[in-house]
Amino acid sequence: METYYRPEDLKRFAEVAEGNKELARKFFDYYGEVFKAGALSEREKSLIALAVAHTIQCPYCIDAYSSDSLEKGADLEQMTEAIHVATAIRGGASLVHGVQMLEHVKKQAM
Amino acid sequence: MEGSTHKPTAVDGPRRTTSLLARRSPLAAPARQLEALAEVDLRDPSGESADFDVSLARAGVGDLRASKLEIFQVNVGKLCNMACRHCHVDAGPDRTDAMMSLETMDAVLRAMEISGAHTVDITGGAPELHPHFRPFVEKARAAGKHVIDRCNLTILMVRKYRDLPQWLADHQVEVVASLPHYRRLNTDAQRGDGTFERSIEALRRLNGVGYGQGDPTRILTLMSNPAGAFLGGCQEALERDFKARLLSDHGVSFDRLFALNNMPIARFLEWLLEKGNLQGYMQKLLDAFNPAAVEGLMCKNTLSVSWDGRVYDCDFNQMLALEAKTNDGQALHVRDFDPQRYAQRRVTTARHCYGCTAGAGSSCAGTTS
Repeated sequence: METYYRPEDLKRFAEVAEGNKELARKFFDYYGEVFKAGALSEREKSLIALAVAHTIQCPYCIDAYSSDSLEKGADLEQMTEAIHVATAIRGGASLVHGVQMLEHVKKQAM
Repeated sequence: MEGSTHKPTAVDGPRRTTSLLARRSPLAAPARQLEALAEVDLRDPSGESADFDVSLARAGVGDLRASKLEIFQVNVGKLCNMACRHCHVDAGPDRTDAMMSLETMDAVLRAMEISGAHTVDITGGAPELHPHFRPFVEKARAAGKHVIDRCNLTILMVRKYRDLPQWLADHQVEVVASLPHYRRLNTDAQRGDGTFERSIEALRRLNGVGYGQGDPTRILTLMSNPAGAFLGGCQEALERDFKARLLSDHGVSFDRLFALNNMPIARFLEWLLEKGNLQGYMQKLLDAFNPAAVEGLMCKNTLSVSWDGRVYDCDFNQMLALEAKTNDGQALHVRDFDPQRYAQRRVTTARHCYGCTAGAGSSCAGTTS
């Protein structure tokens, strides 16, 4: 079946270097550095990535960081809490605009 | 006949499954397991069918040969109070068929003395269930060996064995205890409901007699392996998480953590096949092949003796019935053990060996050492 997203493409990520090796090198070097343990542990960074993956609804990233979170020692309950954080922010971002609506209504309606 | 003198024992413990043998699964036969692994369409980076020795050769490692023998590992029997989903031994409460006889234990003690190994690593099943576990430990200690008890923790909560923590401490036995995760979910998923709670209580008791507080005569090592078809992470990072969380959530401490991958054999192999995960898992192991891990492999410094006295390069080979070969190609019973004949022997390998060489990259050294 034709589909935009093919799971096997995730493994081919590095092929994006074909059109510009230097930018790809800089990106992947940066990417590698970002996920190294620092002030945050690798597990914490992986859970953040998992939450962001759900926010941007990237199927490659969800596959990659579901596996990676498990490998970094997170369990299903921790991973589920992480995506609820993403969900709360995403839902909250809509809801907080309700203040704008409220102001509008207060000005226009009796 | 070996094993025939042992009666079945009903010892309390969490169960996630039953043994392959009890279910008469074809996978109970080591030959069927090796076949299943050989049947996987597994391609190395050059596109050829993956072969462990070829992978070593391509990485410039050459033959996998034993170096100095340091650890004599002894599987005293497959009887266990638990039945974990991933067990590579196919241990369980029904496995009274596979228990080491006293004659073989004596032969192991003689072999251990001439082996030059400084450590005796006792495993099972739950080795503490063997009726001669304590005399065996005492003799190994009297011979000046460092002794390791591979403990499932829950056995320490069974009434008959509740004096064991103090007894192990008195005999300065290192406890290497299985705990897949510092939270309940993954621990119980792999080892059976109630495992986590009992394990934490057992750790408290071990702490109570001095284990896990930096005392070199009372070392408490935890052994973690993934609850599923993914690789064990960086050992140092996991150890930091385990230490912090076990202390803050449960007030227990331990000395060090070993993080190992699951071996695609026995009941973990069964699970992989059931879930359709075998191909993906084997590819994951192959993709993570790390030649730098070879120096730290257990087969380099260990010999592993089975309940019936056969000699193997490691306990995974033991479960696959791939016996260690002396330098002149013989497989010996432990009663005929001669360390010279095994020196620098070529280790017997097959595709499951990718399980020990996966991961542990340079930034995370030590996972297999």
